[in-house]
Amino acid sequence: MSEFVVRISSWELLDTWIAVTGALAAMACAVPGVFLVLRRQSLIGDALSHTVLLGIVGAYLATGWLQRLGWIGAAHGTPHAAMFVGAIVVGILSSVLTEAVQNAGRVESSAALGVVFTTLFALGLLLIRAVADSVHIDPDCVLYGMIEAVSLGEEGIPRATLVNGGMLAVNLLLTAAFFKELRVTTFDPSLANTLGINARLVNYLLMAVTAATLTAAFESVGSILVIAMLIVPAATATLLSESLAGVLIIALILAASGAVLGHALAITLPAIIFGPLGFPDVQDASTAGMMAFASGMLFVAAMIFAPRRGIVSQAWQQARLGLRIVREDVLGLLYRLDERHPGSGCPRVDLLKMLATGGPIFTRVALAMLRSRGDIKAGVEGLRLTEQGRSSARDLVRAHRLWESYLARHFPLAGDHLHQPAERVEHYLDSSLQQEIADELQQPPIDPHGSSIPEAAASTSSTAAQATPDRKERGST
Amino acid sequence: MPQWVADRGTTLWSHHAMKSFGTRSFMPSPPVPPAPQPVATGAEHPQAPLSIHDMTVAYHRRPVLWDVDYDAPFGKLVAVVGPNGAGKSTLIKAVLELVPRASGQVHFFGQPYRKVRERVAYVPQRSSVDWDFPVSALQVVAMGLYRRIGWFLPVTKKWKVKALEALERVGMADYAQRQISQLSGGQQQRVFLARALAQDADLYLMDEPFAGVDASTERAIVSVLWDLRKSGKTALVVHHDLQTVPEYFDHVLLLNMRLVAAGPTSDVFTPDNLRATYGGQLALLAQVGHKMKLGGET
Repeated sequence: MSEFVVRISSWELLDTWIAVTGALAAMACAVPGVFLVLRRQSLIGDALSHTVLLGIVGAYLATGWLQRLGWIGAAHGTPHAAMFVGAIVVGILSSVLTEAVQNAGRVESSAALGVVFTTLFALGLLLIRAVADSVHIDPDCVLYGMIEAVSLGEEGIPRATLVNGGMLAVNLLLTAAFFKELRVTTFDPSLANTLGINARLVNYLLMAVTAATLTAAFESVGSILVIAMLIVPAATATLLSESLAGVLIIALILAASGAVLGHALAITLPAIIFGPLGFPDVQDASTAGMMAFASGMLFVAAMIFAPRRGIVSQAWQQARLGLRIVREDVLGLLYRLDERHPGSGCPRVDLLKMLATGGPIFTRVALAMLRSRGDIKAGVEGLRLTEQGRSSARDLVRAHRLWESYLARHFPLAGDHLHQPAERVEHYLDSSLQQEIADELQQPPIDPHGSSIPEAAASTSSTAAQATPDRKERGST
Repeated sequence: MPQWVADRGTTLWSHHAMKSFGTRSFMPSPPVPPAPQPVATGAEHPQAPLSIHDMTVAYHRRPVLWDVDYDAPFGKLVAVVGPNGAGKSTLIKAVLELVPRASGQVHFFGQPYRKVRERVAYVPQRSSVDWDFPVSALQVVAMGLYRRIGWFLPVTKKWKVKALEALERVGMADYAQRQISQLSGGQQQRVFLARALAQDADLYLMDEPFAGVDASTERAIVSVLWDLRKSGKTALVVHHDLQTVPEYFDHVLLLNMRLVAAGPTSDVFTPDNLRATYGGQLALLAQVGHKMKLGGET
């Protein structure tokens, strides 16, 4: 830990520029990323990150020709605008070509995408040879980026910072302007078309923006890791919010924190890990790589801890449901025993043996809960229901026997096959469902086995009251 | 001739009888399609809510819907009925230009579609969208208003009130703020219906709104349909449950790769017509379609 403090305290102005640039690039990518993820087109981001290479190389070639023709002055060098125009053109072209291959070649969409993007990328690699002598395009830089070189030899704000910041501003503006159109074409393109909002045009706009954003970002982070910036914060955000605006905002926050965290890890973690292992020379790691790694870790954290869909939350709901089922089974068992031998209790050991559901720990926790709630009490003869417990138990047994009657009416099941299904379903029949079943069967007094079906409690019993909030649990099982 | 036919021929029938009856006599006779009826179709009412003239829809040159002529009547509920693969959804998508038409003209209220978009509302199949999408029921309904709100402008209070009113009409106002994945299938279908209602159109095209919904949703949808009719609107509804057709709908359009019959339910929804609709596709149509797909090659 002290090692971390030492390392992080060596943070300089350069580190700030690196982190800020990374954060701006990640945030700029996250905006189109959200829409790609929601459109289930994440793979297109992957494809575009490769095909824009052709756009950039093509832009260099085109400006070279135009200069030779004398249409633009050689003094301009190769304007950056040309690079973006090239990327945008190729971005839209990839999309159009993919559709064409899909329709004309009759191959499925991801195969069409695979054909188009590898072909265009290969064409880009080929053309790089043609311009390599006149212009410096370093394939390593294209693939892995060079965010560490962000402000070397520059005055004021580094260019990469400005470019990515500008791209973020453009993306935010476009998203705000076309928010409705993006939402409806993403959710329901057919409806959008009937409303006169051309879903295909909006799709091309998204492709153009994605290509431009990738071009801005990949000088810093490279064409491979830029995919992480495009997809990972967006995918994480969809786990954490239930509104589109919420997803966008959370994706932006995650993108920025992933980038800053990534750079902090890049300058601290390698020395901390590799120093003790006997590699004192390993001082830092690729910042872009660590940014992608940090984003990935944020995704894992969200997957585990997300409020409703996270693993922890699901397990917790599952456990709560399991406990409730065991509690109700205990109540039901005691109620039936009391029916047969009124007034007698049930020794705890016998009860544990008779319970079909729940493991030993669950059952003990359930029993403890029932006692502390005052549903059961321990007497000389064993466990017995209190008045309050009896009322809950009556409700459960009513649900069980009503369901058995319902099954007997509608299912061709033998009499001894009714109990098991009812054991499962009894926990989910709240008072209104019980009412519906009873009405349909015209208030049957006895179940198919001849046992009497208890009357519905006049006031809502505790089990019925529980059943309403527990409805959510039902969906997760 | 297969062995068993010959055996039966020698044991049960004389060879002579065998020849004169042929093997076909062993099979039940196929349903005889009724002669084409001069129903009131054929684009004779150019002002009709929907007027289809000689529309053919093809996928990769193979027609899936052949030469449909149809005029929808004003202020009626029309069931679009036919077996799987009959082209019911295709019919609706083709008139809305969601899939390309190979031939034919379509007019709504005597106008081309692009001039009267706002008078036509579409309810797609529920399974056509991703219900995990981060959007609330109210926001989905508000989508029906996007055209009227206009480009660049946000969904303001006034529009949200309109969307909420539409949700109320399908009994879903309490669920306005719910994320759509938390709704049951029937509730999701009602949200889709509410979205179309919010459009306040004169013609509603619905693709299987009753598919997989619970009884209370079915009642809610039917009562909405009847309300629409009462206020003079027209609805074409792709419908699967033949039993409820006479109760719910005034008109039917029977479809099986072609229009088999169309008109008032009492005239058209007959056992003969249903047999013609469901009694297998016309074998010749399928053969010709296949040839067209191959482009005349053999």
